[in-house]
Amino acid sequence: MSKLALRTYTLLQTATSVGLSALAWAVTGVRPIWNGSQPSDRQRIYFANHTSHGDFILLAACLSETERAKTHAIAAAEYWGKSRLRRFIAEDMLSSVLISRQWTSEAEHPISIMLSVLDQGHSLIIFPEGTRNTSDELLPFRSGLYNLSMARPDVELIPCWIENMSRVLPKGQFLPVPLLCRVVFGAPVTVAPGEERRAFLQRARAELMALNPRPDRDD
Amino acid sequence: MRHEISILIIGLFVVLSTASVTAGILSMRAPKPLSATLVNLTQRINAWWVMVALMTVAFFFGRYGMTILFALISFAALREFVTLTHSRRSDHWVLLGMFGIVIPFQYWLVWTAWYGLFVIFIPVYCFLLMPAITALHGDTERFLERVSAQQWAIMISVYCVSHVPALLTLDVPGFEDRNLLLIAFLIIVVQGSDVLQYIFGKLFGKHRFSPTVSPSKTWEGLIGGLVASSLLGALLSFITPFSPLQASAVAFVACTMGFLGGLVASAIKRDQGVKDWGHLIEGHGGMLDRTDSLVFAAPIFFHIVRYFWTV
Repeated sequence: MSKLALRTYTLLQTATSVGLSALAWAVTGVRPIWNGSQPSDRQRIYFANHTSHGDFILLAACLSETERAKTHAIAAAEYWGKSRLRRFIAEDMLSSVLISRQWTSEAEHPISIMLSVLDQGHSLIIFPEGTRNTSDELLPFRSGLYNLSMARPDVELIPCWIENMSRVLPKGQFLPVPLLCRVVFGAPVTVAPGEERRAFLQRARAELMALNPRPDRDD
Repeated sequence: MRHEISILIIGLFVVLSTASVTAGILSMRAPKPLSATLVNLTQRINAWWVMVALMTVAFFFGRYGMTILFALISFAALREFVTLTHSRRSDHWVLLGMFGIVIPFQYWLVWTAWYGLFVIFIPVYCFLLMPAITALHGDTERFLERVSAQQWAIMISVYCVSHVPALLTLDVPGFEDRNLLLIAFLIIVVQGSDVLQYIFGKLFGKHRFSPTVSPSKTWEGLIGGLVASSLLGALLSFITPFSPLQASAVAFVACTMGFLGGLVASAIKRDQGVKDWGHLIEGHGGMLDRTDSLVFAAPIFFHIVRYFWTV
């Protein structure tokens, strides 16, 4: 790319990110609740419950502009890579990173793709349930969270509960209902010495669930 | 009208400045760290400056300003109401319609002064058609609760609120082109009553009015607030088509309705297990926390003026 094209590209990305955050605020009035962690420029993996395509936009809207610029959401290539337009939106506009659920070569291995992002010093947003959840309970976590933490123990794992997005933009709908949303950021979770994969994943899931500010709600 | 507006703006400026100075002196003298009440008081006064400034700006844009401002207030209020109450995935299109169709259409009716449809669009057409749509979706789980919450949401946040800008459509003989002042009167008297009840309650409050619904409301606050705001109404009669006595009577009715609105809003919040509707206005809570009294006062005020003062 020429210098000018590159600058236009970065400018466009920044504009999209600011515009989307403003839109997220206008629709959902989203506000962060820092409950156990604080905003920081440390390298982090934010892991959140997943019910809607709007989830990571909401989470990103709670970060500062500089944080947002170096935080990438991990999205499924099966959905976002389906057409050139979707890929453009996901990769170029939302600067998310696509991984394939049915990877074949080592280069497509989700963990190695995520590690390569971390090795650039960037942060990640991941949804360890692996898919958008339509049930009331959190789905069991995939092992990615554990593998990433074992490979890069210095990166903080921050649980983030995204409230209400399942009502704002349920799976299968494309127009959002403007309801108020909060994102609750919890205390960092770390793999205890000698902790087993499954035990850790269950604990991380429980920590995330415990952040739900209105657990008795059933909608 | 310019004369009256100048007096109102100067009056509000003096009142708010006095409040800010008083809160400043109290904070300077009080032991540190400041008590929660004092911090909240300062936040509330600061928010009042912002709200009065926004209202003033909207005021200068006249009919446009008022209609748009109250449509936005309806939006914020409806968002808080729907967020708090139960809904299901199958309600998605009804909820979208409440924001995307009901609000714009109701305010279009206000704008075009189509009174006949304005008063029945929500209580008749929406009342019947929205549950029909919900039933057509086939999801009967907690059906009555869901459709009731939807009805309440649009009645409170859209229908009642829209009666404030609808005051501009009334033809009061001898009061042509001055209807904006009716809005100013209603808002100053009702919001003033909230503040006066708060002050009288904080200073003299002893006997709780309704401990099960709202522990902060006291008989002393209620009576002091209502008497003082009726006097305020009489004092403001020069901006209205009312005589001083009529103005205090109308103010009394509006503020009593406002008090009941606050009580009902508290009951809903208590039932849903929250303290505030939202966090839009620092120190006050959400939009509905600030407008609950106006919501109940506006339709009654509208109909009193319409019945007794229009031809």
